[in-house]
Amino acid sequence: MTEPVKPADPVEPVISLRGVRAELGSRPVLRGIDLTVDRGEVVALLGANGSGKSTAVRSIIGQVPVSAGEIELFGTPRARFRDWARLGYVPQRTTAAGGVPATVGEVVSSGRLSRTRFGVFRKADHAAVRRALELVGMADRVKDSVSALSGGQHQRVLIARALASEPELLIMDEPMAGVDLASQEVLAQTLREQVAAGSTVLLVLHELGPLEPLIDRAVVLRDGCVLHDGPPPKAVGQHALPGHDHVHPHAAHDAEPIRTGLLS
Amino acid sequence: MDFLNYDFMQRALLAAVLVGITAPAVGIYLVQRRQALMGDGIGHVAMTGVGLGFLLSWSPVWMATLVSVLGAVLMELIRWYGRTRGDIALAMLFYGGMAGGVMFINLAPNGSNANLTSYLFGSLSTVSESDVTAIILLAAFVVLVTLGLRRQLFAVSQDEEFARVTGLPVRALNLLTAITAAVTVTVAMRVVGLLLVSALMVVPVAAAQQLTRSFAATFAIAVAIGITVTIGGTVTSYYQDVPPGATIVLLTIGAFIALTALATPLARRRARALAAAQPSGDPAECAIPASRDAAGKVGV
Repeated sequence: MTEPVKPADPVEPVISLRGVRAELGSRPVLRGIDLTVDRGEVVALLGANGSGKSTAVRSIIGQVPVSAGEIELFGTPRARFRDWARLGYVPQRTTAAGGVPATVGEVVSSGRLSRTRFGVFRKADHAAVRRALELVGMADRVKDSVSALSGGQHQRVLIARALASEPELLIMDEPMAGVDLASQEVLAQTLREQVAAGSTVLLVLHELGPLEPLIDRAVVLRDGCVLHDGPPPKAVGQHALPGHDHVHPHAAHDAEPIRTGLLS
Repeated sequence: MDFLNYDFMQRALLAAVLVGITAPAVGIYLVQRRQALMGDGIGHVAMTGVGLGFLLSWSPVWMATLVSVLGAVLMELIRWYGRTRGDIALAMLFYGGMAGGVMFINLAPNGSNANLTSYLFGSLSTVSESDVTAIILLAAFVVLVTLGLRRQLFAVSQDEEFARVTGLPVRALNLLTAITAAVTVTVAMRVVGLLLVSALMVVPVAAAQQLTRSFAATFAIAVAIGITVTIGGTVTSYYQDVPPGATIVLLTIGAFIALTALATPLARRRARALAAAQPSGDPAECAIPASRDAAGKVGV
């Protein structure tokens, strides 16, 4: 996961949307969206509730039918894209639990299936699952039931599940929703390492928050149209005050052992 | 152990063990995807199969398998396409299936509601040689699917959307789950009966959950409970002349209550062990809300 990604031919973008339209029921949610994410970029998709940001992301991964326009993943039309292991997806969830108890390890392992043949796990697969858990600082919780976790830890498990296939592209839908400050810092750090290793990231966010320094470009949606595509909007209010550098000292004791030496 | 000398009891016990294995093995995936009552629906649909079996003088077990598999596939299709009116369509399927069963068996020359009763509530003495062959074949299929594809079925049942993005053939796996559940219903039909099948799919899983933290352990304990109650219920019904299906289901619920009672001290012990494993600096966590509470009272 740490080896740098080869600077592949600079041509094709990792994600490309052209004139994408989508309806939910009869209501148009996306009305002709253009969006390009190049290799190594970190792009935030912003917008109010109902602006279409989740629908845009879910159309990219084929969970929402598109009525017009073209979507390409790694240069392949989405309908013909089969190389799912290159993509790590973090859905918008408040919990990683299902109707039956499951351990952190079991849930994260399901993210590795795209790299296995017929679901048979080899040594390398177990190692990748362990590495993904280490990245989010949950390696010591591998045998714990997911139902015993806090909201932030659920999110860390969901991100580890996406990282288990060692993807080149991470797509995250509101990864910071309902996450405590300690976990927010861990998640920001995890993302920083992924980006440093050459990953491409597209995330849906409600606000930039602690991820702000990582973000190369922000795309703001309103009513299913792209309103802004460029540098992240300037912070306003308290966040814009000089000296505000997103240090949250009261959240430190939990996250400290993981961050040491990695913050630079 | 004199009951082992009777052929019919040997067949009944073999069928009971296979039901004890297969019903929780499928049920765990249904519970995981929060479709615990799907087995009940399939049981209703299978009645039409039993009725048709009598009407056409075909094996009721194979006919019920065929019809309940068709019904399960139809339910899965309704789930995909008929989102808004899905529950009503399912209700019509369930009750149509039940009504069809009653109708066909009454039209059949040698059928009566008495025949149907043995399928509805299970009957040990009527498990025939050919029934056992069918049950063994069907149970082998169920075990092969639920164990062989456990990682895939786990992923799909845990988070269907995520499973699709990992490239798993989610529709095929959902159909396979539905078909496997339908097959299990017909495996269990002769022993616990169509109306009680669902209990054996769901309750052992619920009972096992009281003790477990992992999916793998839940699976193993649920199957162990399934085998214990089906053997226990079968033997009890031999000695006491009580209906086997009802005995098995009541035993399963008894197991659930017993394990729930057992789980409370276990959970307390686990919490203590967890607290002991935490670094010593942590007690501050409990102190903060307490002091806040005190501060709040002062304020008021």
